[in-house]
Amino acid sequence: MNRRTVLSAMILGLTALASGFVHADALDDVLKNKTLRVAVPQDFPPFGSVGVDLKPVGYDIDMAKLIANQLGVVVEIVPVTSANRIPYLSTKKVDLVISSLGKNAEREKVIDFSDAYAPFFNGVFGLSSQKVGKVEDLAGKTVGVTRGAIEDLELTKIAPAGVTIKRFEDNNTTISAFLAGQVPLVATGNIVAASIAEKQPNKKPEVKFLIKNSPCHIGVNKNETRLLERVNFIIAQAKKDGSLNRIADKWLKAPLPADL
Amino acid sequence: MDYTFDFTSVWEYREYLVNGVLGTIRLTAAGTLFGIGVGILGAVARAWNMPGLRQIYAGYVELIRNTPFIVQLFFVFFGLPAIGVQLTEWEAATLAMVINLGAYSTEIIRAGIEAIPKGQIEAALALAMSRYQIFCHVVLRQALIKIWPALSSQIVIVMLGSAVCSQISAEELTFGANFIQSRNFRAFEVYFICTGLYLLMALSLRQLLASFGRRVLVRRAP
Repeated sequence: MNRRTVLSAMILGLTALASGFVHADALDDVLKNKTLRVAVPQDFPPFGSVGVDLKPVGYDIDMAKLIANQLGVVVEIVPVTSANRIPYLSTKKVDLVISSLGKNAEREKVIDFSDAYAPFFNGVFGLSSQKVGKVEDLAGKTVGVTRGAIEDLELTKIAPAGVTIKRFEDNNTTISAFLAGQVPLVATGNIVAASIAEKQPNKKPEVKFLIKNSPCHIGVNKNETRLLERVNFIIAQAKKDGSLNRIADKWLKAPLPADL
Repeated sequence: MDYTFDFTSVWEYREYLVNGVLGTIRLTAAGTLFGIGVGILGAVARAWNMPGLRQIYAGYVELIRNTPFIVQLFFVFFGLPAIGVQLTEWEAATLAMVINLGAYSTEIIRAGIEAIPKGQIEAALALAMSRYQIFCHVVLRQALIKIWPALSSQIVIVMLGSAVCSQISAEELTFGANFIQSRNFRAFEVYFICTGLYLLMALSLRQLLASFGRRVLVRRAP
């Protein structure tokens, strides 16, 4: 081997070694550029919609601002749709996806999920005068539900004997039946319950028990462990000091469930 | 066409169809009985110019005949609770059907009453029949015989209109069919059978009404 070969081998080796050390991950990029790019929905209130001034507003947007604040950087809101939110993350167009993302095995193969930051569940709701704590308490009571919806299928499976289930054709009819007092309890999603509470605050449906729980998580690229840990830390802090509860109260008109 | 028919998946839910048919028959029976009662009263009030009642019926008939049945039903079920009147879905469905049939049958029976020549009533008075006897035998009986085909058509229309009551979760036949379809997703099979059942019920009802018209109304002359 002559000197030139040894020299080129050494340079190649050093470059390889150096690139291993100089590898900058997403958290470093965010802190260096002082910008956190977050993908949010703009067609799914109360998580993300467009306000009267055409700026995105919602639970997810507030969450993005909270995280950016805690990191000491500026937030850049990138509106996405349900179809392209994960591709935006994989192609590094955004650093985080905060878009009412549910965790499932298929998605786990492609991205990592943070801890839960927002509740998203189907349950039985009713006025505060209804004393129902678990599914067995439904015996002898009437529950309204939208025919064929996931709450209908699940509730029919777990309901005890003596429950009257009234099935209505669509979501709006079910809500009308609840507001007209025709059904004292209604099985629906917490988003629908929030919209009822917003439109008729004196008939606020309170959650009695959950049927199916699928809380929202923040999406982070694979192999970005430092960013993931930091985001989880911020979420835990926000739960402890009540700032996450404030966001939940503002957009979902209900406090965070204890087991989030 | 690569759709395989599977009627057996509807057979396992047959109790919903059976209960649905019974529910439809119940609604139609109650609706018809009270609806025709309301209609006879209205026809007499309008044909014989009963003061007060005539104007009320005139307004009621115009309102009901010029608005859709489903809107009337939703008003009874979703709207009345706002003024404190809370009805179950069966009560609301029956009430809406009675109100609906009452308005249409008022006009139909009134046409029959007005078609009876005045001479008949004068002849009956000359024979010293009481007013009640005149009303029952001369006026009402003849009016009903004249308009029976139109009235039985309206009754069948009301029976088919009971399908709308599925919207307020009254568990009649259409509700049963919708429920089965939401469980086994066999829309063609379910609605084919549902259509067949409605056809069967409507044809039987027509036969029943026609034979009632022939035997009771026409032939029961002493």
